[in-house]
Amino acid sequence: MMKIPCPHCGVRDENEFQCGGTAHLARPALDASDREWGEYLYFRDNPKGSHRERWRHAYGCGRWFNVVRDTLTHEISAVYPITETPAR
Amino acid sequence: MTHRYSAWSLLRGAFARHANWPAAWRDASPKPAYDVIIVGGGGHGLAAAYYLAKNHGITNVAVVERGWIGGGNTGRNTTIIRSNYLYPESARLYDFSLRLYEKLSVELNYNVMVSQRGLVMLAHSRHDLDAMSRWANAMRMNGIDAEIIGRDELASLAPGLDLSPRARIPVLGGFVQRRAGTARHDAVAWGYARAASALGVDILQNCEVRGFLTKDGRVTGIETSRGRIAAGRVGIAAAGHSSVLAALAGFRLPVTSYALQALVSEPVKPVLDTVVLSPGTGAYLSQSDKGELVIGAMLDLFPSYAQRGSFAITQSILAGVLAMFPAYARLKMLRQWAGIVDVVHDSSPIIGPTPVAGLYIDCGWGTGGFKGIPVGGWTLAHVLATGENHPLAEPFQLDRFTTGRLVDEAAASGIAH
Repeated sequence: MMKIPCPHCGVRDENEFQCGGTAHLARPALDASDREWGEYLYFRDNPKGSHRERWRHAYGCGRWFNVVRDTLTHEISAVYPITETPAR
Repeated sequence: MTHRYSAWSLLRGAFARHANWPAAWRDASPKPAYDVIIVGGGGHGLAAAYYLAKNHGITNVAVVERGWIGGGNTGRNTTIIRSNYLYPESARLYDFSLRLYEKLSVELNYNVMVSQRGLVMLAHSRHDLDAMSRWANAMRMNGIDAEIIGRDELASLAPGLDLSPRARIPVLGGFVQRRAGTARHDAVAWGYARAASALGVDILQNCEVRGFLTKDGRVTGIETSRGRIAAGRVGIAAAGHSSVLAALAGFRLPVTSYALQALVSEPVKPVLDTVVLSPGTGAYLSQSDKGELVIGAMLDLFPSYAQRGSFAITQSILAGVLAMFPAYARLKMLRQWAGIVDVVHDSSPIIGPTPVAGLYIDCGWGTGGFKGIPVGGWTLAHVLATGENHPLAEPFQLDRFTTGRLVDEAAASGIAH
């Protein structure tokens, strides 16, 4: 069972949380091509290793935040606010 | 030369105290070049190699496997075979697979222990019943067997199922696909490996792919932990690791990898002679021929490459099983594990060309790869041999994520993968 540090409530068990998938996906402009739109909707890096993703403390404060988590070890290396966009 | 299995050969083996059985297939060493290389020695990859040799006469083929054959999802699934999908495209694809399974033991001269004990889907509400009527009717329109059944028939098909009105999650009815069932998962890998090896295919184990060699945008071979191997065409059949291989080749896939877990109990006497699946509790189970209850879960819903699965899901799945079968409460669980599955947004596979010329992929089977092994191999072999998509695979191309023509079984038949 993963322990996830909610920035508002502290460390809690993983089953209080809901994963919202890859973070920092930028929606393309309305005149985007079908290819760009398809890339945005469906295509993902899906890395084996460090992954920036969104989580929500669904059965707690209900708030969203960002997490950097390793998809192989499940180790969480950083937690930061949902409004923050790190430099690539 | 491959030994042909028969009642007579078994008897002869018995007289020799089973000391003289030859290896079923050749563990080969890499040659410098092949006509076709298939990356991934699970069911799909081995089946593709077999059908390349059998259907297309291409025998200068290598199957490259990072670990050992059948050691990934082929050895980690819950061995269910079925074709209960809603759309005509899916029905054609999955039923072709089921029909190949029905004859596979004879085809491969290897007992893959197909047991068509039926698969029962439980309805827990009026809405479930309505949705299942639509689903079963769609299957019948597509020429696939499906029957809506009531609680009386459920009681005889699945003794021990809690059908009382006081059940935690009451059961109102369901539907059954009687041609569905189980097969021996390891035997499917070994049977295809043996049959492919007999036709000249090289099976290369402990051979990890580290990169793809290309020239002018066309694949020319692979870089592996056992050296560089040239090939005119390369197929990828790597399930949950498809994105990792695609990244090595320089493109992305509409795939997210999740852990899907399963458990087996201690073996007990026969208690369940069908497969019971409950979308309401998220659990499904069957009993293996050894007597173990084989329990399958829903996905751990966060991206993962860890083949263990989360204890939070283990708990909820066991709670689901006990809500259905309270009598199993004292059973001890012997093993729990997870496989990494490649989930696509529309819960349908991808079988065809990639952005790299000469490189083809069979992926996106999500939680249902085992049942798709024969047709995945068949259609991947077809596109590798001819350069043209097999008609069955035509709707299941990567470009559907650009055109928007999805085959959305996630919405249609509520299949979660």
